[in-house]
Amino acid sequence: MNFGEIAILGWLCFSGHMSLISTSGLFRTFMTESGPVEAVRGIDLTVRSGEVVGLLGPNGAGKTTTLRMLTTLLPPTGGTATVAGHDLVRNPAAVRRRIGYVAQSGGLDPQETVRAELVLQARLHGMDRAGAAARAGELAADLGLTGLLDRRTPALSGGQRRRLDLALGLVHRPELLFLDEPTTGLDPGSRADLWALVRRLRDEHGTTVVLTTHYLDEADALADRLVIVDGGTIVAEDSPAGLKAAHGATTLQEAFLAVTGRGPAPADPSPAAV
Amino acid sequence: MSLFHDTALVFGRYARQTLRSPFQILFGVLMPLLHLLFFGPLLTGLPLGREGDSWQVLVPGLLLQLGLFGASFAGFSIIMEKNWGVLDRMRATPVSRLALLLGRVLRDASLFVFQAVLLVLAALPMGLRAPLPGVLIGFGFVALLSVALASLSYALALKLPSPQAFGPAVNTLALPMMLLSGLMLPMALAPGWLDLLSRLVPFRYLVDAVREAYIGHYTTPAVLYGVLVALALAALAVTIGTRTFRSAGA
Repeated sequence: MNFGEIAILGWLCFSGHMSLISTSGLFRTFMTESGPVEAVRGIDLTVRSGEVVGLLGPNGAGKTTTLRMLTTLLPPTGGTATVAGHDLVRNPAAVRRRIGYVAQSGGLDPQETVRAELVLQARLHGMDRAGAAARAGELAADLGLTGLLDRRTPALSGGQRRRLDLALGLVHRPELLFLDEPTTGLDPGSRADLWALVRRLRDEHGTTVVLTTHYLDEADALADRLVIVDGGTIVAEDSPAGLKAAHGATTLQEAFLAVTGRGPAPADPSPAAV
Repeated sequence: MSLFHDTALVFGRYARQTLRSPFQILFGVLMPLLHLLFFGPLLTGLPLGREGDSWQVLVPGLLLQLGLFGASFAGFSIIMEKNWGVLDRMRATPVSRLALLLGRVLRDASLFVFQAVLLVLAALPMGLRAPLPGVLIGFGFVALLSVALASLSYALALKLPSPQAFGPAVNTLALPMMLLSGLMLPMALAPGWLDLLSRLVPFRYLVDAVREAYIGHYTTPAVLYGVLVALALAALAVTIGTRTFRSAGA
C-alpha cells in the first residue's frame, strides 16, 4: 500500500464512510448428486465501518453460505468481494487478520480448558506466549470467565460456552466481527448478556458486526440495518424502522412476512424477548 | 508468523493432547505386537525367499503395518474437530493451511515412530538382530509413510459426505494395500502375476527398502527406490491435504 492509499484509507476511516465489506455479484454454487445448487446468486452488499448489520432469511436462504464466503472459509464461485480492505480471493490471509468469526456451532475442543483455547487462538493470530496469556486473562475478565479459566470446556454452561466462543472471535481485537446465529439455543438471560456485549463492542470499540439470526426481536433490537436474503439474493435492505414503514407493518415479523411470504423458521423455539 | 512457528503451535497442541492419553499411545502398537508374538514364531526356519532371518523380514513389515493402519485412520480426529467447529475456528485465523496440516501429521508421525520403537524393543527378546543404522532407516520410513497416509486420511475425511463412510472407505483401501505390499511375507514367494501386481503398489517399495536396511544393505537399488517412492508419496499427499484444508467445507 503506497502513501496515497494510506492517506485515502485514513480519511475514509476518519470520516466514517469506509466500507468494511463490499461485494459485487457474489455467487456460490454447490455441486450435488442431483446437480448444481445455487446457494447464493449474485449478492451485492456494502457494510460500513461501525455498523451492526443483521442478515435475515428463511432456512436455506443463503445466509450462512454468504457468511462463510465473507470469512474466507468458502471460496466464492463468482463475483468479487473486498473485506476489511483486502480482496477476499486474492488475499484471504490478510482478511483473516482483521476479522473475527463465531460459528453457529461454536468451536470448542472438549479436551481443552478455557485458558488453553484462548491462549492457542491468540497465538494462532501471531501473539507471543506472554501476550497471549495476558490477553486470555483480559478477555476472561471482560466476559465473566475469570473463575472458569482452568475448567474444561464441556463443564461450561450454554451461556458460558457462547461467551467463550465470542472471546475466541475477539482475541485479536478484530475491527469486523461475524456472528452466525449467536444466540440460538441460549436462555433469555444469556441472550440478554450477549446482546449487551454486542452493543458494547459497537459503542466502546467501534467494532463492525455482521450477524445472522432467526430471531426477529434480536434483529430489531441489535441491528442498525437489516439485509433480508431469500433464494440466494437480497430481497430487502433497510433499517428495522425503515423496513416496517415500507411495508406498513407494526412489527418486524409482519415486515418479514411481507417481504418473503414466509416466517423466519427458527431452528428452535424462540425464547421470550429479553 | 512463519510456517515453522505455526506448525510448531499446531503440533504442540495435538502432541499435548496425545500425551494426556497414554491409552492412545499404547493401543496402536497392539495389533503389530500380537503379530510379532503369535505370528513371528511360525516363520522361524522357513525359507522366505530373501536374505536375512525371519525377524529381519517380519519386523520391517510390521513397522510399516503400524504406519499403514495407524495413519490411515488419523482422519477420524478431523471429523470430530469439524463437527465441534474447531477446524473452522482455526481456518478463520491467518495461519497457513500447510501449517494446519503439518502440525497434525507431524504429531501422527511422532506417535507412530514412538510405537515403532516399542515394537522393535519388543522384537529384540524374540530374536531380532539388525544393525542400528538399518533400524534408524526403518523409523525414517515409518515417519514418511505416516506423513503421507495421515495427510491423505485427513483429506479423505474432509471430502467424504458422511463421517460414517470414513471407516469402511479406509478399510477398503488399506487392506488390499497391506496384502499387495508383502508386509507379512515377501512378494518373492508370490506367483508371477501377484508379484507383478504388487509392483504397482507403492508401499511394496517401502517394505523392500526397510528389509534391505535391516540386513545392512543401505546403497542398493531397492533402498533408493524406497526413498524416492516414500518422498514422492509424502510430497503428493501433503499437497493434496493442504488443498483440502484450503477448500474444506466447499
